[in-house]
This record gives sequence, structure tokens and C-alpha cells, in this order.
Amino acid sequence: MATIADATTRVATKARTRKPGSRIGEFAAYLQALPLLVILGGFLLLPLLMIAVVSFWDYDFAAMYPDFVTFNYTETLGSWVTWKTYLNTLKFAVIVWMITLFVGFWVAYFLAFHVRTSAMQTVLFLVCTVPFLTSNIIRMISWIPVLGRNGLVNSALVDTGLVAAPVEWLLYSDFAVVLAMVHLYTLFMVTPIFNTLMRIDRSLVEAARDAGASNLQVLTNVILPLAKPGMAIGTIFVVTLVMADFSTVQVMSGGQSASVALMMKNQMSLLQYPAAAANAVILLVLVLMMVAGILRIVDIRKEL
Amino acid sequence: MHREPRSREFYVLALFFALFVVFLYGPLSAIVILSFQGPDGGLTFPLNGVSLHWFGNLLEKQAVGDFGGSFRRSLVLGLMVMAVTVVVSLLAGLAFRRKFLGATPLFYLSVASLVVPSIIISLGIGVLFQQFGLQPAWYSSAFGAHLTWTLPFGVLIMFAVFNRFSPSYEEAARDLGASSWQTFRHVVLPMIAPSLVGVGLFGFSLSYDEFARTLMTSGTYNTLPLEIYGMTTNVTTPVLYALGTVTTLFSFLVIGGTVGTILYLNRRRARA
Repeated sequence: MATIADATTRVATKARTRKPGSRIGEFAAYLQALPLLVILGGFLLLPLLMIAVVSFWDYDFAAMYPDFVTFNYTETLGSWVTWKTYLNTLKFAVIVWMITLFVGFWVAYFLAFHVRTSAMQTVLFLVCTVPFLTSNIIRMISWIPVLGRNGLVNSALVDTGLVAAPVEWLLYSDFAVVLAMVHLYTLFMVTPIFNTLMRIDRSLVEAARDAGASNLQVLTNVILPLAKPGMAIGTIFVVTLVMADFSTVQVMSGGQSASVALMMKNQMSLLQYPAAAANAVILLVLVLMMVAGILRIVDIRKEL
Repeated sequence: MHREPRSREFYVLALFFALFVVFLYGPLSAIVILSFQGPDGGLTFPLNGVSLHWFGNLLEKQAVGDFGGSFRRSLVLGLMVMAVTVVVSLLAGLAFRRKFLGATPLFYLSVASLVVPSIIISLGIGVLFQQFGLQPAWYSSAFGAHLTWTLPFGVLIMFAVFNRFSPSYEEAARDLGASSWQTFRHVVLPMIAPSLVGVGLFGFSLSYDEFARTLMTSGTYNTLPLEIYGMTTNVTTPVLYALGTVTTLFSFLVIGGTVGTILYLNRRRARA
């Protein structure tokens, strides 16, 4: 948060002056990077490797057996349930992505270009950030008294006479899943876009105005193209979060909708780890391909 | 800066922003209000009297799971994750200022840590521990699982901080005869302290609320989010809301305390 607030006052310090060939310095860098490497190696790389290995193992109701079989993959890929679940997950990803991108951009745009003092900007940005630091599950279940059969929305609709009977599809439906996901994940879009917008040189906007551009033209020809990196980073966050989601789908759809991660979770609770592992490998490949595609558009290292 | 009158665009966007804030906080306030539901009240409005009945219920073991124990575990785990995230991110941030072999792969490994679905990490660590004959526990396997989520945030924040950090301060200190340690301790550290506090907040909060990564890695004893997640399927009384209110209040206190600390550090730096 502080880094974003600092963005306004930051000094361009791209050029680094380092003494070339400082051996001790390089050795220190290795030592400093070591803890990160050890933790990510042990708790990210090794587990992923394990999953890849286990996905080729045999299993029954009680245990897994080291082996080299491919039926975990053929069973997963050969089942129409899998394909339907993947399609459903992708559907959620696309819908939630479009909504969060729209909402996230306008919120960030308002904060960056219409709030005039940086103190106010920080306060309003914090207001947006705080819910992100509270429990996701609590934020999810907080929709129940709002959307439920006797919830606030339905009571209001019935009381005003807009509908005769409570609307059933508000809760425990795909609508509820998308709404809750937008609620949970929009901030992941707001933050990177806000960050990018704050770095746009304001004189560019003034130059465009002086050249006779209307507000709309400034927006479409100057601001939107420069905001693309932020949008790309936000997209990475939102898409990977939705693709990995099982709890929102489970709680908000009331068990009526499915996602890949939820399918994995069910396999895990049935101790079908090799099947879950095969699913994990497929999901991981899909997600990494999506991220790699987005990374072709943007160099994250330059955007930080 | 000259002040123009507010455009119509401003009012439209201000309204949009206000609606967004209502959208963010509205449902949360609904469960806060409903947690004061009377003893006979249900999960929805209207309020059936006002009472602290459901908060009292939190302390009884049979009404909810082990609330006290799971809260304590989540708190300790959050603090452990926070400490390690701050130290490791700071060290990595310092390392990335230099060019070293493998810097780019390590950076992308951190990014990968962010995008790999949490449930896959949970499954991987769970199976890994099982195969090595280790007992998963919240302080070992879940601790590592949480770090794969908090460290990338910490590293990216430190990366951004050092991207904007002018080396001329360090050069000035060195010209005045400061050793590397003195330069770090008295020049660099005070300048990046507010960001470190921010990283700590991220580390604590993300761990305190995490449950997808804890699912397969917590072992015998549940953390608080797992306890709440279990409750969503089998608890049908406002005690769920009371729990939500208490944990959210706790999160707010943590955030408030952190923001206060950052403001204090910034002010002290401005004075110095």
C-alpha cells in the first residue's frame, strides 16, 4: 500500500551504479536469495513435481501404488463431465474477468484522475483494500442474508410489489457465484490498474488536451493504451483466482454448479489422489498457458 | 494546480465509486447487524430482538467447533508467516538489486507461486508429506503452504520498492565513511520501514484468512478459516455471523494498527 502511495512522489531511478565485478556483492546476493529459493523449492517445486509423479500412479480405495499408468489422464480427459466442468470454470472466468475489468478500470480511473489530493487518494484506496484483508468465507456468507429467499433484496422486491413471489435464482445459482466472485476479486483488478494509471505522466494528458482532444479522445487514445499493463496484471490475478476457486462455487451455488478445483477437492476427499493429481496437472498446464499468453503482452518486471 | 469546476464525468464516476463501496461493505454490515439477533432469531432479517446471545454461544464448545483453539492456532501461524515473509522478502529484494545468475528464473518462480492454484499446492504438499512419512501440521506443512502465497506478494512489493529507491542515498552514506551494515541499518532500513510494515500486514492477513492452502496441510487441528468453512455447511444459526463479526473486527484492528504504524513511521521520517 505504501508503495502505491509512494508512486506519486517517486523519483525515476532506473540507472543503477554498481561497481562492476564485485565478487563479495555477488556472493551476498546469492546468500540473500537463498531463503526464498529454499522455501519455494521445498513448498512449491517439490510438491508440483510430486503431483506430476503421483498422477501416473495406481490407486484403490485405501492407498496409492507407485506405478506408471496413464489411465488417470485417459479417464479424466475421456469423461464428458470433465469437459463440462472445464467449460463451466472457463465460463465463470470469462464473465468474472469482464465484469471486474470494467468495474476495476472505472474505480481506478476515478481514484487516479478525479480525486485531487493524494491524502484523499490514499484514504479511498484503503477503503477499497480493507475488505480484501478480511476473511473470504465471511465475505461470501455475508451474501446469504442479502440474497436469500427471505433476504433483503427479495423483501424489498416483494414489498414494493415488483415481484409477486421471492426470486429464487438470487442465491444458490450461477448468478450468486459470479456476484460473489466479483465481490471477492475486483480489488485484484483495481490495484494494478490504479498503480499503472498513477504512473502516467500528466503532461501527456495536457498535451492531448492542448492538441484539441475531447475527454473521450484522451481516454481512448492516451489513458487506455497506457493502462494496458495494469489490466494485464489484474487479468492474471482474476483469471487464476477464478480458475482455482472451489469454495465460492461450492457455497454460492449450493452444490448446483461445478468447477475444476471443486472436482479435485471431491476426488481428494475420496482419497483418489492420483486422479486429483492428473486433474491438477491439466489445470496447471491450462492456467500457466493462459498466464504465459498474458505475459507476452506485458513485462511485469517493468511494471512494478 | 488550477481548480476547474467538477465535470459531469466526475459526478457519474463518484456515484459509481460510491456504489462500489456500498457493494463492498453492504453485505458485511448485514451480517454484523444480524449477529446481534435475538436468541430466537434466524439467519435473515428481520431482527427478532437484540441480544449478545450468539456471541456468548461462541464460547461454548458444542455450538461451534473449537473456536478458541483454532483462533489461537491461526494467530500464531499468522505471526510466524508474517515474520518469515518480512525477512525473506527483504533479503530477496536486496538480492534482486544486484545481477546474479538465476535472478530471472527465481523471479518467475515467485510469480508462478502466485498463479499456481492454491488447491494444487495444498494437494502437492499433502501428498509430499504423506510419502515422506511426515505428519502434516499447521506449524509445518500449512506454514510452508501459506508462505507460497505470502512470499510472492512480499517479493513483488520489495521489488517495486527497490525499483524506486535511489542509490544516491547509499552512495552519500558510503562517501561519509559508513560501512555497508551502517548504510543499511541507518539509511536504507528507515526509508523502507513503512513498506516492510505493509509486507508484514499482507503476510499476516493473507495467512490468517487462508484456507484453500490449509485444506490438505493442516493435519489434526483446524485453523480458524477451516473451522468457519466447515461451519458454512452445518451451522444454521446466527452464531456463524457472530463469528464473522468477531474475526472481521479483529482484521480491522490489525489493519488499523498497521496503518497507524506506517503513518507514525512516515511522520518520524519526515521530521528526521
